[in-house]
Amino acid sequence: MYTLSQRLVFIGLALAGGLLILLMRQFLNDYILSIAGFVGIYVILAVSLNITNGFTGLFSLGHPAFMAIGGYTCAILTFPVQRKGYFLSGLPDWLAGTELSFFPALLIGGLFAALGSLLIGLPVLRLRGHYLAVATLGVIIIVQVLITNMGGITRGPLGLNGLPTLTNLWWVYLWVLITLYLGWKLKFSSFGRSMLAIREDEMAADCLGINLLRTRVQALMVGAFLAGVAGGLWAHLVTAITPKSFSLILAFTIVVMVVVGGSGSITGSLLAAVIFSMLTEAFRPLEESLNVYGIGEIVLSLILILILIYRPIGLFGTSEPGWLSPGKRKSLSGTAGD
Amino acid sequence: MLKIEDLHVYRGRTYVLKGISMEIAQGEVVALIGANGAGKTTTLKTISGLLPMKQGSISYKPDRTVQSSSLAGTGVEDIVRLGICHCPEGRGIFAGLSTAENLMAGAYLRRDKAAIQEDYQRVCKLFPILGERRKQVAGSLSGGEQAMLAIARALMGRPKLLLLDEPSLGLAPLVVATIFEMLAEINQQGITILLVEQNAVMALELAHRAYVLETGTVALSGPSREIASDDRVRKAYLGGRT
Repeated sequence: MYTLSQRLVFIGLALAGGLLILLMRQFLNDYILSIAGFVGIYVILAVSLNITNGFTGLFSLGHPAFMAIGGYTCAILTFPVQRKGYFLSGLPDWLAGTELSFFPALLIGGLFAALGSLLIGLPVLRLRGHYLAVATLGVIIIVQVLITNMGGITRGPLGLNGLPTLTNLWWVYLWVLITLYLGWKLKFSSFGRSMLAIREDEMAADCLGINLLRTRVQALMVGAFLAGVAGGLWAHLVTAITPKSFSLILAFTIVVMVVVGGSGSITGSLLAAVIFSMLTEAFRPLEESLNVYGIGEIVLSLILILILIYRPIGLFGTSEPGWLSPGKRKSLSGTAGD
Repeated sequence: MLKIEDLHVYRGRTYVLKGISMEIAQGEVVALIGANGAGKTTTLKTISGLLPMKQGSISYKPDRTVQSSSLAGTGVEDIVRLGICHCPEGRGIFAGLSTAENLMAGAYLRRDKAAIQEDYQRVCKLFPILGERRKQVAGSLSGGEQAMLAIARALMGRPKLLLLDEPSLGLAPLVVATIFEMLAEINQQGITILLVEQNAVMALELAHRAYVLETGTVALSGPSREIASDDRVRKAYLGGRT
């Protein structure tokens, strides 16, 4: 599919990113490094939501809920055993005695989030239209209420704090790479095409033998898995997690990133996530000195309105930059199989 | 190849097909004509599994060596696997995808990469314009090109029976003629076609046999030539004088 030089470009970009992180860790202070961590997490969130909302055209707002599921799961798994007995009295013994390292904990967090999305997806995705948006809104609330009331496992409204600072830029970068790779592979595969086909014309997709429900549920689950991982990274970057950590506002922020970047474009979501999360941080000093809060949000809203008026398909539409797209061979092979 | 017996279908609460029976033999082109609301599209959708049947049976025998099987209760996906490809009304082009991606989506259920490539080349030979436009976003193709793309995409599924719903819809007469030539060629390659058409003249010219539907029942059936010379049909669909 890809020419050799394209492959080299991808590897080069990945290495350049690694080098950038190496330099940042050398020369920048912890505050800026943690901001960079958030930027990376936003990239994971935007690209993963794009798989659900952009590729498949499902309007999910459930990312905060999946992040909460993933974040809490991961946090409980990495919580030091000595403190577990005191803080989390409700844990079953086998869980109270386990302390996993970061990577498996993240994976399990992601899997739980995907499982959660399966439970929502199976009933809701049978319907056509915007039921998913409403249902996922409800899920954010349900997850918050559950976490608040399962005090023995989650410490309820107090949340879990004093988590080990496991997230560093390398971990975030690793998952950014995994997310981008997964999104890219998906987009240019038969499976990705079936998602796009559903977005474009459900009836025709059905006629070609694409199983609508299964494909939709799978798209939701892939997005939820990555959101769960992002939740775990987030929790161990902030070193605390409460039921209120992941709110509806977060869902809107990520949706805005996807819309501005272009529904279906991985490059678009990547850039939009980087720009937006950096802009919000950039306005913070200004907000503090003027003692006026919300300037960042106002600017973001303005950008969204301007994009919707002048470029409603988003920065990149559905496509990727030409020099990164596969299928440059001369034959008629197009984008076969993969 | 396909045998429909006493088929009753409801769409919501509306009683659309009131017991139709028809038969399609291997290698045939069969036309299904009739006025709006007669149940033509409903018949196709029921065959391809998009609509459930209330009563009756559809049995399908892909080729001579295989036992015929009932399509009742079979999912769309499995029906496509059995070699029945439905080209929906209004074409259902994936406007945001490129021409090549549209064609590849047609081979969604297939895993034989080499054969898919072969078919891709074959389809591009049959419709050269699609090969030329392979990178173009399908939404920017002309109406005629989109109609060809829809047929070509269905061919990518290696159908044995092709269900076509109004391929001539909204096209200029010259383009319609081209499309029908293509259909004749596709049929010659051994693909059986069930064709739903408003354009009865063209449909009866291409088809070997035809069924005329009227408000959910088969009003008339027989070889195309006979149908075309039937007074009632001439009056109602062919614009002929009595």
